[in-house]
Amino acid sequence: MNDALDVTLRLLIVFGVFLTFPLIIGQTEHKVMAHMQGRLGPMYAGGFHGWAQLIADGVKFAQKEDIVPAGADRRIFQLAPAVALLPYLLVLLAIPIGPDEGAVGQVIDAGVFFVLAVMGVGVLGSLMAGWASANKFSLLGGLRTAAQLLAYELPMLLTAASVAMAAGTVSLPGILDAFEWWWLPWQIVGAIVFFVAGLAELQRPPFDMPVADSEIIFGAYTEYTGLRFALFLLAEYAGIVVLCGLTTVLFLGGWHGPWGADGLGWVWTLLKTAVLAFLVIWLRVTYPRLREDQLQKLAWTLLVPLSLAQIALTGIVKVVIN
Amino acid sequence: MTLAAAATTAAQATTTAAHATTSAAESHGFLSPTGVEIAFLLVGLVTFAAAIVTVTTRQLVHAALWLVVTLGGLAVEYLLLTAEFIAWVQVLIYVGSVVVLLLFGLMLTRAPIGRSPDADSGNRWAALTVALAAAAALVWVVVDAFRTTWIDLDGPAAGSTEATGASLFQNWVLPFEALSVLLLAALVGAIVLSRKAKADAATAPESAPAEGTPAGRSEKEGTR
Repeated sequence: MNDALDVTLRLLIVFGVFLTFPLIIGQTEHKVMAHMQGRLGPMYAGGFHGWAQLIADGVKFAQKEDIVPAGADRRIFQLAPAVALLPYLLVLLAIPIGPDEGAVGQVIDAGVFFVLAVMGVGVLGSLMAGWASANKFSLLGGLRTAAQLLAYELPMLLTAASVAMAAGTVSLPGILDAFEWWWLPWQIVGAIVFFVAGLAELQRPPFDMPVADSEIIFGAYTEYTGLRFALFLLAEYAGIVVLCGLTTVLFLGGWHGPWGADGLGWVWTLLKTAVLAFLVIWLRVTYPRLREDQLQKLAWTLLVPLSLAQIALTGIVKVVIN
Repeated sequence: MTLAAAATTAAQATTTAAHATTSAAESHGFLSPTGVEIAFLLVGLVTFAAAIVTVTTRQLVHAALWLVVTLGGLAVEYLLLTAEFIAWVQVLIYVGSVVVLLLFGLMLTRAPIGRSPDADSGNRWAALTVALAAAAALVWVVVDAFRTTWIDLDGPAAGSTEATGASLFQNWVLPFEALSVLLLAALVGAIVLSRKAKADAATAPESAPAEGTPAGRSEKEGTR
């Protein structure tokens, strides 16, 4: 009984985080982008600086008609948003935010493999959407999504493997237990490669070729309306939460900080995640979109060699230390 | 490449099972299955059904998506056998990469919505024979190797990352390395094929770029 209560409580908390954090990041994006471009952004909804803008957006999406194109593959078209969104919920379960047992949804032995594997599944949702829409632009978007995933999955895995080598474990809390401050300069190349590859996997600008609105409207999501479209958007922002949380845990030391490691560790995790999320928004406002061949070239000729070099460095330092 | 990866997974699964099957069979009754055994059987049925649909459906992309269900079902089976590491690797390699590659290939060539009448092969009886023979061989080998050993599901996880890694790199290093040589050969083969195709297509004086994997497509204006 007590166990069941414990599990339910954890699931509820993770679900709550899953529903609120992406919205907070979305609202921050509205405001940060606006101020970086000399605008004010949403100011009316909710009264104080438009804090309720995304809730209003949600109500709007819920009211829209749910349209499935006549030529579409109905079932797959309707299933795709769920396939895109659910993996991020599962990944969120495994990210530890504090040092003790209660600060992680579920301790998973092979945590690094779990999070990367399940994140990769989310892309299937975009592929299904792109194919099932019976729309040329959607199909192009799906193709670009697949090409991007194939190119950027490898550097992401390799850099995560580098951290696992450094820590001697593939469990996420285990990696944080082994963390020392000098891992920061040691793994910095891996951290950058991981973060950039993660951005590309989420199709965030400047890697938003699959949804390039000036070329292929909105890629795989062109035909979607209403709640299903909102689910895809939610998946993107949940992806930002997951990516920033993972980068924090793997490379930035998670709950470790200059002070207050016991008791206040979760504040450090959230703070680092928030700073990274701000960086994601900043990059969107700053950089123009990469062309498709530039995307591929960046992954195969820069990120993969860099991540291999990081693994070599990790191995050498590890052997020297021992 | 896919075959080699499949062989790797199979080898890993075998080592895990061999490592795990230490407890004796006497405490298990055949007709009083535990909850895990029932779940294993049910998931197995779903996996089997999905596999059959994969090869019988007339809709190409549906076949690929049913393959996702099949491979995911296998991952769940690994999980039920406490081989957690193998399960996640299964999801990562097969669902996350191989099926995405497959879908990419389908979308790039042809992926009509609805049935494709030409998706049927005249070799279906030959294919069925080969499939049955392969399945019979595999089942025979596995049954012969393990006979009445049982995995102790209540003890410490026998397929944890640590146990898998230890058995893989202590007892099974040679097959593992041989497989990596196989993968390297496949990689070199892919590079050779793509370079040859490029040389045939355009007899440009410049030498082809060094990379022949998917990056080789970006041969034009290469500003990083």
